[in-house]
Amino acid sequence: MLSSGLTLIFSMMGVLNFAHASFYMVGAYIGYALTGVVGFWPALVLAPLVVGALGALFERGALRRVHKFGHVPELLITFGLSYVLLEVVQLIWGRTSVPFTPPTQLQGSAFTLVQSSVEGMRLVWGQAPAEMCQNTASVLLSCSRFPMTRVFMMGVALLMLVALWALLTRTRIGLVIQAALTHPEMAEALGHNVPRVLMLVFGSGCALAGLAGVIGGITFITEPSMAAVVGSIIFVVVVVGGIGSLAGAFVGSILVGLLQTLPLTVDGSLATLLNQLFGAGIGPSTPGWPLLRITLAQAAPILPYLLLVLILIFRPKGLLGTREG
Amino acid sequence: MGLVLQAGALAAMTMFASAALAQKGETVKIAWIDPLTGLMGPVGQNQVNSFRFFAEKLGGAGNPAGVKFEVVPFDNKLSPAESLTALKAAIDQGIRYVTQGNGSGAAAALIDAVNKHNERNPGKEVLYLNHSAVDPDLTNSKCSYWHFRMDADTSMKMEALTTFMKDQKDVQKVYLLNQNYAHGHQVAKYAKEIMARKRPDVQFVGEDLHPLAQVRDFAPYIAKIKASGADTVITGNWGSDLSLMLKAANEAGLTAKFFTYYTGVTGTPTALGSQGDGRVFQVSYNHYHLPGQMEKWRDEFQKKFDADFYTGSVIHIYTALGEAMAKAKSTDPVKVAAALEGLKFKSFNGDVEMRKSDHQMQQTLFITRWQKADAKYSYSPEKTGYTLVPVAQYEPYVASTPTSCQMKRPS
Repeated sequence: MLSSGLTLIFSMMGVLNFAHASFYMVGAYIGYALTGVVGFWPALVLAPLVVGALGALFERGALRRVHKFGHVPELLITFGLSYVLLEVVQLIWGRTSVPFTPPTQLQGSAFTLVQSSVEGMRLVWGQAPAEMCQNTASVLLSCSRFPMTRVFMMGVALLMLVALWALLTRTRIGLVIQAALTHPEMAEALGHNVPRVLMLVFGSGCALAGLAGVIGGITFITEPSMAAVVGSIIFVVVVVGGIGSLAGAFVGSILVGLLQTLPLTVDGSLATLLNQLFGAGIGPSTPGWPLLRITLAQAAPILPYLLLVLILIFRPKGLLGTREG
Repeated sequence: MGLVLQAGALAAMTMFASAALAQKGETVKIAWIDPLTGLMGPVGQNQVNSFRFFAEKLGGAGNPAGVKFEVVPFDNKLSPAESLTALKAAIDQGIRYVTQGNGSGAAAALIDAVNKHNERNPGKEVLYLNHSAVDPDLTNSKCSYWHFRMDADTSMKMEALTTFMKDQKDVQKVYLLNQNYAHGHQVAKYAKEIMARKRPDVQFVGEDLHPLAQVRDFAPYIAKIKASGADTVITGNWGSDLSLMLKAANEAGLTAKFFTYYTGVTGTPTALGSQGDGRVFQVSYNHYHLPGQMEKWRDEFQKKFDADFYTGSVIHIYTALGEAMAKAKSTDPVKVAAALEGLKFKSFNGDVEMRKSDHQMQQTLFITRWQKADAKYSYSPEKTGYTLVPVAQYEPYVASTPTSCQMKRPS
């Protein structure tokens, strides 16, 4: 979700927005503040709009001025903004987490996977009754509940991607946006207000980040370091997927998501792998043992970054990216 | 530091040493070096409040030495490097007593730095009072004359926990999920060692280490626990790492028993709620239902800060300092350290002793269980309607573990 916003801004405007994750955090906090006033569902709509407006303001007041100097000043100014936003959030809401809980409709389970040794796997909507998960003498049962917040998150992310894609490729506005980005002079000559288009695009990108923030805030934790945590990962997603490609952002996010979670289930390390394949007989006395004994589960947090490095080496434009120029 | 100042400090110190009970009315500053920001910020906030609250209660007339206590908080962001910067700042401000406890990594760094500082700056020694960092190495291979631990270390808590689990027949398959740093490694190590001795039939069906204070989504780990068929989870996790883990366990409907070190810490009771009823246990040297004075303090603390008091070692620290300063008739850390060694005193959990050989506090431990609060156990942390009820109590000798400490004492 975040990455689609980032890739939108980057591909559409050629601005590498370092503050994108900060807008995500601001979205979560504004969502939290508004929830207290108007309730969660209105806040879910309003908070992204507020964040979008802030983003548009920032573009109008600051980004536009440095736009003519090229990429580096743009990058620096968004980098500076990310610090400013972090401090502002800490000034207003404090340095610790705030209790931003999902509304009652989103608490609980969406569905339960019931695995039974006799009947195989079944899906039960909501929370499965206890007797369905009790082991009996003849049947081994295990239930895994799937939380509602995650279903909601996926749903919104998919909706958003589809809507974005439709907007950009199937509507007149999308055409104008694309034209304004690729051939700004021509679009201006045809009577479109290019700076305003750019402002709106940047604002929408920030609004998307804000929307992601509200949902991320209720699913995980709303606290000041949430920006720093996703900040680096979204760049991985964008680069892996391919800069400037919405489909790439989608593929990239799925890939990175899998890479973050699946390795956690593997307890093998390099040592066990080598021992099994070649009977290398690696043990605590082997040189390099501290490195060899690290299990894949322990190394999981760094794998996305490893992928980033590999992609940059072997396919700098990303999986679905287009070459620049 | 100028020569004049040094001479002044020296003169001041000899003056303190010469007069009996000269320390009466003095203010002892204690630098508190722990996280105030990030995921573990709420825990740090609570502890600063605890230190300030009891500085008031146990300062001045509240201790035999008659000294006042003042706490100066430094945020170390949970990082060993930041802790050393904070220590430097504290020393520059002339503070001679340091306390820290969240994170054994930072604790090890502090021990090292305090050792070096005291060696190079005779007459300006600093004492390090460890309130909660429980890596056994700190009183074994890394033990130091200048470090005093008021909490029970990982091996002691595991002794008590396994003594309790030994009689739990439904504990068959155990999963270890811990933070990937010194303390988490030690919990896993001692769980396996001591369990093998007391209940050889128990199987360890899985073990995981995750990054400290970084994971926001424990769902994959919980899925792994479910898949392993474990009926019991042993975890040394604390703060957000325990809250989020229990939250994910509740969401996934994991019904295993949890044996923890830190269920009472900020945020965790709320995350647990009604889901963990009767399934979550904690081993600690403290619990909510200690009678008498503790009960009054607990309620007053709750009223004042709208939070729970759980870092009992704060009381140990002030009591021990008061006793030792009265015994040494001085607030000079060198004399106080000598007086602290082998000090026996009465604290809130009975008779405690600061063991001379390794500076590890020997004390009573309790096992508590998460269940609905009732008339008898009425106090409910974070107003959850649930509480931790004591189910077992172990005298100091039960959990006492031997030490391999080769302490270098100043001659």
